[in-house]
Amino acid sequence: MHASFTRERRGSRARLPQTAPPLELRTVRFTNCRVLRGHALTPAELWVRGGTIVDPQALFWQGSTADQLVDCGGCIVAPGYIDVQINGGFGADFSTPDGICDALSTVAAGLLRHGVTAFLPTVISSSGAAYRAILPHLVPRAGSCRGAAVLGVHLEGPFISRAKPGCHPLEHLREPREAGSLRRACGEHLAHVKMVTLAPELRGSEVLVAELRAHRVIAAAGHSEATIAQLEAAQAAGVSMCTHLFNAMPPFRPEAPGLIGTLGSSARPAAYFGLIADGIHVHPASLKIAARARPDGVVLVTDAMAAMGLPPGRFCLGGVDVQVLETGEAYRVGTNTLAGATIPLDECVRRYKAYTGSSAVHALEAAALHPAQVLNIHDRKGALNVGSDADFIFLDDQLNVLRTYIGGELVWDLGADGAGEAGAGEAAPM
Amino acid sequence: MRLVIQESSEQVGELVAEYVCKRINDFAPSATRPFVLGLPTGSSPLLCYKHLVDSFKAGKVSFQYVVTFNMDEYCGLPRDHPESYHSFMWHHLFRHIDIQPQNVNILDGNAANFQTECDEYEEKIKELGGIKLFLAGIGPDGHIAFNEPGSSLSSRTRVKTLAQETVVANARFFGGDISAVPRMALTVGVATVLDAEEVLVLITGTHKAYALAKVVEEGVNHMFTVSAVQMHPKAIIVCDEDSTLELRVRTAKYFKSLPHRQEMLGLPVEGLNMGTGPEKAKRQKKE
Repeated sequence: MHASFTRERRGSRARLPQTAPPLELRTVRFTNCRVLRGHALTPAELWVRGGTIVDPQALFWQGSTADQLVDCGGCIVAPGYIDVQINGGFGADFSTPDGICDALSTVAAGLLRHGVTAFLPTVISSSGAAYRAILPHLVPRAGSCRGAAVLGVHLEGPFISRAKPGCHPLEHLREPREAGSLRRACGEHLAHVKMVTLAPELRGSEVLVAELRAHRVIAAAGHSEATIAQLEAAQAAGVSMCTHLFNAMPPFRPEAPGLIGTLGSSARPAAYFGLIADGIHVHPASLKIAARARPDGVVLVTDAMAAMGLPPGRFCLGGVDVQVLETGEAYRVGTNTLAGATIPLDECVRRYKAYTGSSAVHALEAAALHPAQVLNIHDRKGALNVGSDADFIFLDDQLNVLRTYIGGELVWDLGADGAGEAGAGEAAPM
Repeated sequence: MRLVIQESSEQVGELVAEYVCKRINDFAPSATRPFVLGLPTGSSPLLCYKHLVDSFKAGKVSFQYVVTFNMDEYCGLPRDHPESYHSFMWHHLFRHIDIQPQNVNILDGNAANFQTECDEYEEKIKELGGIKLFLAGIGPDGHIAFNEPGSSLSSRTRVKTLAQETVVANARFFGGDISAVPRMALTVGVATVLDAEEVLVLITGTHKAYALAKVVEEGVNHMFTVSAVQMHPKAIIVCDEDSTLELRVRTAKYFKSLPHRQEMLGLPVEGLNMGTGPEKAKRQKKE
């Protein structure tokens, strides 16, 4: 409905200097929008300078105004989504050493259209050799028109439960046992590891959690049969998240709720929990239970595999034949078995909102603010406060992504995409 | 002195905004010859600012070559404090229009030396050839800017200690905490206002009725500093019906019979060769 915007115009009202300054020094004023700020969508303006959200009042008293005006056509402006668990997409896979460099670029670029401005490439339990081949290439990078920002790596495994492996190869699962376990399992290239999913009930996990926290790595509980007591003990030791709640954990039992018990746990600080909000891996009713129980803890993730973002058709992914349907779901050819999660994060946000009856504000925060809080980067990302990175998206009222901006630069535009037009005259790809 | 009585505060804001636009447009300001406008804060000008913004958005006026001087600012309040007059002007006017930041002048309540700041303010007004039109509101006690009752009518820009009533009244803006209300302010003087080519005072609401009666029907009085506008050759008061409650019926009727509103907007006035005293008197007799 807001598919087209007024073309960016040099603000005749915004007093343009004779020669326009370079982008990084230009002040751009986004008007006529509803900005997600302070847990509400309010008619406001967004001012961006040097890749950061700035305070127009402070700027004014310093004697400067906007160089450029963008009319947002009344759309919603929300912080860019952050996906903390994504194993691949667009045919690429982060757990396959072959072509790992291209995989990162492919996924980073593909995510822009889905409103994702930052993500953690996620590697499942792998052999020591595979880790050593993959991790040196999964290096953080800033977001740009070439792709979403890479914030670091999420290691999903290998210290997970043999009883709850999901699709992780059993032969690569381990126990932490004693200090230095991560280095022994994954090699020396751990500097960019940002999050580790582990099973708290495994021997030596408390040592591992302590090591992770010492290096400011987020410890998440998942693929686990931990009791709620074990989870709460792990939280006290530094675990701050549960990985894809409901999936790869024992079902809820009233007398022994396990990890799902986090929904009712009083342990503080409360753990965030990932949700694959595709309505398939987690039933809409389950999503609703989680959303109602602890809305502030919801972190929407895709847990996507290589088939996400592929057009309908048949593909061979990692030696497995996969049929991708019109709806985006991917099945193993000739079976009723889902090949994995394939629903992009923007669609997860829409489904989550529809299934849970949540407000747009809550759905958007579950995909931006909460993941930023998990990563403890909410002073820079996941919000549109003064001083935040200018990573944001334009959305219509159905939460369809219309535009994606990173560092104040237009990096994806629905109006330009497909139609072959050259953007809206602003921020042409370099 | 002209007195224009409008039906509502809404109409007061509309008329004054329209007048400001007309003055700016008639003046046809340029970079080298800007229009110099004096501006107040407070509740009185709010509707006027709203209409000015609407006029700007409708393309009826540009503030590109308008230089503004504000009347006053608290001392010691951070510039970005929500109750500072910097913030007030930003939120209600400047953020919405095309005024150039360097053309905006507001006294710096955090200046190292208040008197120097005030002297330079006066100097700057003088350099720009004086203020063409000074808009003003008044307090219930008849103060103009922060020239509290008892201020000298020949005062210039300076630091003033606020009257206790003003501090108490303003506490509501500071979470009811009287200790948080600034005790001092920088303000233009009564004479600074009177120096302007034209002074336009907005008065609305029943709580200003007593002050309006004092200003219009009584003499120049340093306990009602706004009454000094009586001495100004070109002063206009625009008020609403509510604020006329304390006026004599005769006074209100007289001013209502005058075509001041039409004069302000440059509208034709039927059957009248207006503008001179004898003409008015003749008309009065006819009625």
